[in-house]
Amino acid sequence: MIRFENLSVKFRNTDTEYTAVDKVNLTINKGEFFGIVGASGAGKSTLVRTVNLLQKPTSGNVYINGENIVNYSGQKLRNLRLNIGMIFQHFNLISNATVYDNIAFALKASKTPAKEIHKRVPELLELVGLADKAELFPPSLSGGQKQRVAIARALANNPQILLCDEATSALDPDNTKEVIQTLRNIKNHYPITILFITHQMEVAKSLFDRIAVMEKGRLVEVAPSYTLFATPQSEAAKALISSDYKKAVPKKVLEQEKDLYMITYKEEGAFDPVISDVSRKFLNTDLSIIEGNIEYVQDKPIGRLLISLRTRDEKDKESVISYLHRKTFISRLDAE
Amino acid sequence: MSSQLLESTINILQNEFLKSIYETALMIGISFSLSLVFGLALGFVLYLTSGKTFFEKTISLNKTVSAFINIIRSIPFIILVVFSLPLTFILVGTKIGPIAASVPLSIAAIVFFARLVESALKEVDAGVIEAAIATGASHSLIIRNVLLVEAAPAIVRGITITFINLIGCSAMAGMVGGGGIGNLAIQYGYYRYETGVMIFTIVVLVVIVQLAQLTGDRIARLLTH
Ligand SMILES: Nc1ncnc2c1ncn2[C@@H]1O[C@H](COP(=O)(O)OP(=O)(O)O)[C@@H](O)[C@H]1O
Ligand SMILES: [Mg+2]
Repeated sequence: MIRFENLSVKFRNTDTEYTAVDKVNLTINKGEFFGIVGASGAGKSTLVRTVNLLQKPTSGNVYINGENIVNYSGQKLRNLRLNIGMIFQHFNLISNATVYDNIAFALKASKTPAKEIHKRVPELLELVGLADKAELFPPSLSGGQKQRVAIARALANNPQILLCDEATSALDPDNTKEVIQTLRNIKNHYPITILFITHQMEVAKSLFDRIAVMEKGRLVEVAPSYTLFATPQSEAAKALISSDYKKAVPKKVLEQEKDLYMITYKEEGAFDPVISDVSRKFLNTDLSIIEGNIEYVQDKPIGRLLISLRTRDEKDKESVISYLHRKTFISRLDAE
Repeated sequence: MSSQLLESTINILQNEFLKSIYETALMIGISFSLSLVFGLALGFVLYLTSGKTFFEKTISLNKTVSAFINIIRSIPFIILVVFSLPLTFILVGTKIGPIAASVPLSIAAIVFFARLVESALKEVDAGVIEAAIATGASHSLIIRNVLLVEAAPAIVRGITITFINLIGCSAMAGMVGGGGIGNLAIQYGYYRYETGVMIFTIVVLVVIVQLAQLTGDRIARLLTH
C-alpha cells in the first residue's frame, strides 16, 4: 500500500545540512493500523509528510499502490491527495467557517456536486458523532470535537489512506480516548490504511497493529505491537517503553534504588513462580517488588514487574540475573 | 462669535458645502473602489508569490512588485500628486478637479491597501493552509474558502484604515485643485480666517471617520469566530 524506499529528507540552511529522514525502508500493508513512534525531533512528521508530498523527499522513492509518487505535481498530485486524508496535532480547521463548511471544503476539493455535499456532510458528522454541531464554529468546540471534525474532513472523499500526525498529542486523556475511539470505530467499519505517528506510548499501546521506532531519522525497529512492547530490541524502543513505565513510579523511589530491573513475563500466568524461585534458590539475595502491572497490547496481556535487587556481591547478582534472563525478559532501568 | 460672523459662515457653507461634499465623495468613491479591487489583487499577488507554499520560482516577481510598492509608498503624498500629473493628464484628460485628484489618490490607496492585505494573509495559520492543501483542493478554492475567510476580519480592518487614510489624503489632494471638504476648510477656514467653516468641516470629518471606524469594527467582529 505504502512503501518507502531508501527515503531521505535533508534540510539545507545556508551552510549546514540536516538529515531529518535517513534512508528509510518500510512497507505498510493495506488495511493496517500502523504506528510510528519516536522521541520528538526523530523525523516522524517529516517522514509521513512525504506520503502526500507536503514534504518533498531529497532522495529515494515513495510508492503508493505500486506507483512512485515523488515526482507527482499539478492535477495528478491533487488527485493523489484526494485519496489520502490527513489529521494534525492542532486540528487545523478553518476557524471562521462552520463545522459544516469545514467538511464541505474537502468535498468541494473533489468537485462533488452541491446536492451530493448536502447529503454527505451529515453522514460524515454522524460517523464522528457530531450530528448536532454542524452550524457551530471550531473555536466553540472541545479539542476532541475539533479533532473529530478534522477526521470527518479527512474522510470526506473516502480515502484509502489516513495520515495522523500526533493527532492526540494536544489533547487531555479524556479527549484522547474520545478520538481513539472514533478512529477505532472507523477502522472497524472501513478498509482504510492508517499511518499514525506519535510520541505517546499510551496511544501506541492501544491502537497499532505494527509499530516502527524512529530515532534520529532512521528506523531502528519494526515489529508487531505486542512483540515490540513485550520484547523491545532496540535501545530507542526500550527507552520509550521504560520511560512510559517509569512515569508510574515516583521519582524519589527511582532515585533511591540503585539496582532496578524491569521484568517482562514471556507468557501470561507464569508470574509467581519466578519470584518465589529466586527467593528460594538465591538465599543471599533480597528481591523487592517496587511496582507491577499488566497492560494489554492488542488485547493480549503483558505482565511487568519493577524489582530492586540487593545481593552480597557481584557474582551473586550475575547468577540471579542470568536465572531471570532464562525465565523472563529483564532489562536494567536507569534512573535519570 | 457675533451674529455677523455666523451669518457669513452659514452663507459660505450654503454655497460651497454640498459641492465640496460631492467632490470629496467622488474622489474617495473612485479611489476607494479602485483600491479595494486592485489592492486586494495586488495583496494576494504579494502573498502568493512570496514562498513555496503556492507557487515556486516566483520570488523574483515578488521582489519586483514589492520594490515597486515601496518606492511609491516612500514618496510623500503631496509629492506623488505633483509627480503623477502627466499620468493623470493622459488618463483623464485634465490635471485639476476631483476626478484628476482620484488618480494619485488611487495609486497611493492601492499600494497601501495591498500591504495591509498581504499582512492579513500572512497572519493566516500555516497549519490551516497546509491542511487545505492536503485535502487536494485547488489554489483557487483555497484562496476563496480558506485564505479569504480566515483573513477576512483583518482585511476588513485594513479596509477601514484605508478609507480613513483616504479622507486625510483627499484633503491634501484638494489643495492642489481637487476640491472637496478638506479644500473648503483650507480655503475659507485657513486663508480667509473663517473659523466657523473650519470647525464645521472638522466636525463633519470627525463624524465620518468615527462612523467608518465603528462600521469597520462591527463587520470585522461579525466575521471573527
Ligand atoms: N522545514 C524544516 N526546515 C528545517 N528543519 C526542519 C524542518 N522540518 C523539520 N525540521 C527538522 O527535522 C527534524 C525532524 O523533525 P520532525 O519530522 O518534525 O520530527 P518529529 O515529528 O519526530 O518530532 C527536527 O530536528 C526538525 O527541527
Ligand atoms: Mg512531529
